[in-house]
Amino acid sequence: MADPAGLEVSLRQAAPIPLAARFHCGRGELVALVGPSGSGKSTILRCIAGLAHPGEGVVSCAGDVWLDTARGIDLAPQQRSVGIVFQHYALFPHLSAHKNVMAAMTHVAAGERAGRARELLQLVHLSGLEERHPRQLSGGQQQRVALARALARDPAVLLLDEPFSAVDRVTRRRLQRELAQLRSRIRVPIILVTHDLDEARVLADRMVILSHGETLQEGPSAQVMARPATAQVARLLDQNNLFEGSVLSQRPDEGKTLLTWSDYTLEAAYAPAFGVGDKVAWMIPPECVILHRRDRPSAGEAENPVSGLIRECVPLGESTSIVLDIGAPASVPLAMSIATHHARRNKLVVGDQVKVTLLASGIHLMPPAELLSERLTQAPALPG
Amino acid sequence: MNWPALLLSLKLSAWTVVWLLPLGILVARQIAWREFPGRAWVEALVALPLVLPPTVLGYYLLSAFGGATPIGQAWHSAFGRPLAFSFEGLLLASIVFNIPFAVQPMQRAFQSIPDEVREAAWCSGMSHWRTFLMIELPLAWPGIVSALVLTFAHTMGEFGVVLMMGGNIPGETQTIAIAIYDRVQAFDEHGAATMSSLLLAFSLLAIGAVYMLANRIGRRRG
Repeated sequence: MADPAGLEVSLRQAAPIPLAARFHCGRGELVALVGPSGSGKSTILRCIAGLAHPGEGVVSCAGDVWLDTARGIDLAPQQRSVGIVFQHYALFPHLSAHKNVMAAMTHVAAGERAGRARELLQLVHLSGLEERHPRQLSGGQQQRVALARALARDPAVLLLDEPFSAVDRVTRRRLQRELAQLRSRIRVPIILVTHDLDEARVLADRMVILSHGETLQEGPSAQVMARPATAQVARLLDQNNLFEGSVLSQRPDEGKTLLTWSDYTLEAAYAPAFGVGDKVAWMIPPECVILHRRDRPSAGEAENPVSGLIRECVPLGESTSIVLDIGAPASVPLAMSIATHHARRNKLVVGDQVKVTLLASGIHLMPPAELLSERLTQAPALPG
Repeated sequence: MNWPALLLSLKLSAWTVVWLLPLGILVARQIAWREFPGRAWVEALVALPLVLPPTVLGYYLLSAFGGATPIGQAWHSAFGRPLAFSFEGLLLASIVFNIPFAVQPMQRAFQSIPDEVREAAWCSGMSHWRTFLMIELPLAWPGIVSALVLTFAHTMGEFGVVLMMGGNIPGETQTIAIAIYDRVQAFDEHGAATMSSLLLAFSLLAIGAVYMLANRIGRRRG
């Protein structure tokens, strides 16, 4: 855990915004702080930068302590080696792109600033636009100036506060790609605040899932997405296929846990944390729900076969989102996604009876959530 | 044309501006960005000269700084002359009376700077003083210039407070506005008309300049 060149953050306060966050970010690593609006993501970023002051906490970077409330240490933003890209960039409107970048070079000898600023603008692909003012630049170009300005300080940590939220989709993809390329050149911890799960999944090495200022889970992005620690995290990750069941038997030799759900007995990957008879919450990603071909049963048909009625069938470009109604005893929605051409070939329409397989490897068990049963009575949302 | 009165008005306006530039910026920044208890009352106090009859303000200034008051006596013993009915007294009254004209446009100018822009400056390693000089001042400058032009023009035309605090001493406290009143009292229509038209032209020019500046900045920033 301890990384001498990394960023260590531990924050706690009750008001005005509750915080109970703890995470670290290694050198060259990109950690995404993910959570809904009001989950305290931006506040945490501001605490790292020294723009907000938590009730209790420790922030240290590369061995330097920036904040330690117990020892009365709380360095000003100027004393923390931080590069920050604000959500709306916060460029200096009266200065050219070049001067915006130079403004962040108070630590560089005056004679070297102009050349270094040009290099940074070149790095973010803005050569030739140095003398333009922010109002003469597009949203994407302004974002690049903001990034160059953040890097101009030779920061020990780079903080990105929803940096792609104010640009169109095409620009966002391009900027995200550029950030991914840039990472190989700047070996500092990078913290990305975002509410966009796809963005976090694509860009981040690790995710910190936040709700009401509290760290709910921290880990590698793929692992967090596939294996949420709790039903609450699963809900925050937009996992709609969230159900309740109970453990029927444990078969460690076969690497299986058998699960009772509704009238079905399901096989899941072995989950030793639960005892026989335990109530559990379980989820399955839509991509692990496989439709059986009507004409020719597939080899995987034996694995957790479940049948249901198609309640919704919505083509969304190349993939089609389907919600099945799994019958007795209560009507339960199960979301899945298949290729649109596949849906057409099978002539799927609302009301059809179909069979699906729930891949055992995709079934993930979690401790039961108090609120889960409440949610299950509500209409399902389409998977994101 | 009463040239000494015109010169005195110009001098009074210039000194008022010189004092209110730093004072106005100091107060305007605090009101614009700081949350503190009683902020609404401070704002009300700043705006008070706008609604108070000049004679009322003049009366209280006289009561506070007259020869019989502790401040008036202290001034007299320090400088050997009274504060009331002197140019310095006039200047003090003019500063107090012009506070809203200076502070309010400056306050709006500072408020229009997004918090994030100042925070970006701090996170760029710029000290508070450097942020003030390099970021805040250039961004608030149009508002500050408007404030100063308004203050200057307003002082040129001020009558009630000046008469109460300074009286009508030619060469010492007789400003052009009082000189005009004087000329009218003496049935010198021509003298009054000359000075009035000068003051009218000056005021129009000053306000026009403020609007032109605002428009130009608006186009450039827009």
